[in-house]
Amino acid sequence: METPKGNVSFMTAPAPTAARSAAVRRPLIEFKNVNHAFGTRPIVRNVDLTVGQSEFVCLIGPSGCGKTTLLRMVGGLLTPTSGQVLFNGKPVNGPEKEISFMFQDYSKALLPWRTAAGNVSLALEASNVPSDQRGPRIKELLEKVGLGNHADHYPAQLSGGMQQRVQIARCLAQEPSVLLMDEPFGALDAMTRQALQDEILRLIAVSKTTVVFVTHDLEEAIYLGDRVVALYPNPGRIAQVFDVSLPSPRDQLTTREHPEFLRLRRELFDFIREGET
Amino acid sequence: MKGLKLAKAALLPVLLLILWEVVMHVRNVQSDSIAPPSQIFVAFWNAMLDGTILSRTAETLRAAMLGLALGGGSALILSIILGLVPPAARLAQFTIEVLRPVPAVALIPVAILTLGFGYGMEISLVAFATFWPVLIYGHAAIVNIDQQLLDVGKVLRLKTFARVTKIVLPATLPRYFVAFRLATAVSLIIAVTVEIAANPLGVGYELMQASQSLHPDLTFALVLWIGLVGWALNAVLLFAQRRLFGPAGVAFGIQQ
Repeated sequence: METPKGNVSFMTAPAPTAARSAAVRRPLIEFKNVNHAFGTRPIVRNVDLTVGQSEFVCLIGPSGCGKTTLLRMVGGLLTPTSGQVLFNGKPVNGPEKEISFMFQDYSKALLPWRTAAGNVSLALEASNVPSDQRGPRIKELLEKVGLGNHADHYPAQLSGGMQQRVQIARCLAQEPSVLLMDEPFGALDAMTRQALQDEILRLIAVSKTTVVFVTHDLEEAIYLGDRVVALYPNPGRIAQVFDVSLPSPRDQLTTREHPEFLRLRRELFDFIREGET
Repeated sequence: MKGLKLAKAALLPVLLLILWEVVMHVRNVQSDSIAPPSQIFVAFWNAMLDGTILSRTAETLRAAMLGLALGGGSALILSIILGLVPPAARLAQFTIEVLRPVPAVALIPVAILTLGFGYGMEISLVAFATFWPVLIYGHAAIVNIDQQLLDVGKVLRLKTFARVTKIVLPATLPRYFVAFRLATAVSLIIAVTVEIAANPLGVGYELMQASQSLHPDLTFALVLWIGLVGWALNAVLLFAQRRLFGPAGVAFGIQQ
């Protein structure tokens, strides 16, 4: 793998591996004592968190815990009131080319007047890819997310799952090293959601992309993540970080029946319920 | 079915016209201020044949459209700037609120004083009057763009110009179209008003001439004609709007 001092045989071993924890990874995203307030109302307080390269970190917590706020800071859409958010050791100062952002509300994240191909093209246009090279790239990207036959369809003609696939293709067009996902599957039905979870895991397994994934679904967080960061609300702050030592690749049936999965689920569930009372 | 609908709609106006004609003949009215529909039609036909109406209409439309292009065009650009740069909007707000209520008609004397008679002053007044609806509607359209669409432009790192042409304008195009449709009606009203009040040009001037030389038939004919022109202009734009942005709109692929 890409970690400079990583133990290769250890990383590829199918058994639960401690090597997937952040300890051996190069830090890519760092929150350093981050605070954010909206006027006088604190939104997040004293957040310290490091996300390693190629790590999949899930942020979980009830609404009002600032998980989207933290994500928008990494995306350069928001500047913390105090503290620092670092990417590659440098403070994030507006959106970075290598960081891609996937929005929750697909109906507003795609341009309704552009086809699926046109929406993917937007990312290529933004990074100044010459127009004669866009066509084949778009085709390849849409095929990658299983929409090869829907290039000419407008978002309103596509199902929610398909629209979210278009958004994934547009994110991949940026060739990002970091993918930020804000409850991307929250509005989808259970079957589509599971299909897209596996799709994302498959795609990032190839590209070694680092992912920060916001969700309020416990099982989704455990299923996808290398680490799950649980947050408390009002103001948002880190409550506890759980290492997920489940075998990869994950599988919708066996992973979800794995004793470790069930143990974590129970632990997180109790934890969240505790936080609510 | 469509014919029947049309016949129903035409029933009342046709009856009124017949009544008007009959009353004028039965009472044998001889007047300098009113004419029977038949005479109005004859006057209209003659003015149409000798080309007065059409050439006068061309003058009015020319002033109205140039004024609209000038006023609406600059309002389009300013509304984008004010919409995307909130501090600029706050800075301009007071000036806009003070200038906007000034009736364009009240500026006719000023325009005569500074620009004299002719196209220049008429175009400027139309531009002033059409500037406001496009500015206000356009600004509102831009402020109401969904924040997430703008965020998409930001995270993809689109340059400002690309953000305007690829996201802001397509997202607000239907609303701008409505603004321009309203401004078109305004442009015609102001052009004719300026012609009636002062400017020796166009249908408005012809109308004033007919009235002052005691030709009620031509006066009424011109009034009806102006109404017809305004209606036709709006109908064309409405048709275009439905084709472009309506349920079968091509600009959006399918319905919004």
